[in-house]
Amino acid sequence: MRSTRLTAATLAAGVLLAALLFPIYWMVASSVTPESGLFESRPLVPTSISFEHYRALFDERDFLIPIRNSLVVAGLTTLVAVPVAALCAYALARLRMRGSGVILALILSVSMFPQISIVPPLYLILRELHLLNTYPGLVLPYLTFSTPLAVWLLTGLFRQIPRDLEDAAMLDGASRLRALWDIVLPLAAPAVASTAMLTFLYCWNEFLFALSFTLGPERYTVPVAVMLFRGRYQVPWGEVLAATVVATIPVALLVLACQRRIVAGLTAGASKG
Amino acid sequence: MNGPATTIARTDARLARRLVAPTLTLILLVSLVPIVATGWEALHGHDLRLPWLGRPFVGLANFVEATGDQRAGSAVLHTAAFALVSVPLELALGLALALVMHTAVRGRAAIRVAALLPWAIPTVVAALVWRFMFDAQAGIVTSPLRAVGLVGESFDWFVHPLAAWVPIIGADVWKTTPFVAILLLAGLQTIDPALDEAAQIDGAGPIRRFITITLPLLGPALVVAAAFRTLDALRLFDLAYVLTGGGPGTSTEPLSLYAFIALMQRLRFGYGSALSVMVFLLTFVVALLWVRVLGRSVAGERA
Repeated sequence: MRSTRLTAATLAAGVLLAALLFPIYWMVASSVTPESGLFESRPLVPTSISFEHYRALFDERDFLIPIRNSLVVAGLTTLVAVPVAALCAYALARLRMRGSGVILALILSVSMFPQISIVPPLYLILRELHLLNTYPGLVLPYLTFSTPLAVWLLTGLFRQIPRDLEDAAMLDGASRLRALWDIVLPLAAPAVASTAMLTFLYCWNEFLFALSFTLGPERYTVPVAVMLFRGRYQVPWGEVLAATVVATIPVALLVLACQRRIVAGLTAGASKG
Repeated sequence: MNGPATTIARTDARLARRLVAPTLTLILLVSLVPIVATGWEALHGHDLRLPWLGRPFVGLANFVEATGDQRAGSAVLHTAAFALVSVPLELALGLALALVMHTAVRGRAAIRVAALLPWAIPTVVAALVWRFMFDAQAGIVTSPLRAVGLVGESFDWFVHPLAAWVPIIGADVWKTTPFVAILLLAGLQTIDPALDEAAQIDGAGPIRRFITITLPLLGPALVVAAAFRTLDALRLFDLAYVLTGGGPGTSTEPLSLYAFIALMQRLRFGYGSALSVMVFLLTFVVALLWVRVLGRSVAGERA
């Protein structure tokens, strides 16, 4: 009885695992299949492996340019958003202040704004400031979703840090800021790091703003560049798939390295209700 | 009384205001001012291709135009239908995945990684992979269906107005079910196992226990997940843009995509802003509804 249920659970887990991983497996397997074989029926495991699509991606399409653009934009946004958000989150999680509930609600609702609803004025402002097709022209719009996201995640994570140590430091006569610097920061470092990684991830994946505010291949981010590979009538699928694999690599590394922290971050943010 | 406690409270409040100020200023400048500006822009006739016409104030004319615009009407319907189909699927499958993750004895880390990968990859990547899998010629989904004769020789998902939704919804369900599962798993972990054991001793079967104990206690977590997913579904853009481009014709075009086309392709900024305001209002109203539902479900749990 007990063992049949265990087998059923294992089976269910296996089916779900396969369904979740298959598209990613198929993307990787197809990206190393020669172009001639892509559109024939083929076995699930590739019989011959070729890296021609990856070579074309970097030799002919200069895919390093969108990678650099994405790294710069996502990195700069994270560097601005997370420190600013950390200060705010500390205040919301720890300090008694009138209206902190309202502020948190405001921040959550801002993070729910549909991106398209602020595209028109941002486009007009960036055009006025000659910031279209520049790095700051993407970092500024990216702050609209990354700052609220970071505040939301950090507030949840900071609340889980025990406050006894901090209180003890303050009873010893250390000021709030001193306690913040000496005690809270080392304890909060993992929370800040995982928030920074999630913020980076959201920026790396962003599409609509990058599509709206970049004008040419020299500033396209990875998602926009991959999308625009498609010719008018024909899709160079081999290279597109190689590019999707390259776009997934940083994401996959992040997930492998900090799966636990990502889960903690997501649930700490949402479970407060 | 002016004891040390009140002094700490007062300096705390002053410090808190200083710490919060930069974030609030940033949000004011990059989010709140722009959303008001979109509303203002929507009240103007503004066509970037016809700059000599200027930017005259036209009142609600753009919104009046939208109510008579069939394409806008069907875009609203597409958006709502997408949310109504994909969110329940994601909740059901997310619950199944959460239960598997909760009961798994071994391989928890592997399941977690497998679940997080689809959630974490760029939506554009997910869309392209699903587009490839549903390719008419040799897509891994299409060719077996054709081999067993379920679909015709010339069948193409992307030229059929209803079939074109299948890869969009499939990709969305695949990509966001893990997020739902993670939220529900956190909910499952807060349920006291003693409740389940007590019911088991009383002779309740697993299905009965699930319906009478687990589901009600999971209520608030389910509502939170449903709310997050619905609000996200209402701004559907990336998947539709990459997978179908809204096609064939405009039969898979959500409101965000139509607004984007009006803005960035036709350069009709007044009208496009009005459509963007409609996306915002749609999300806003649904968000308010969810807040009420959540309030009731939390109150119900406490009662």
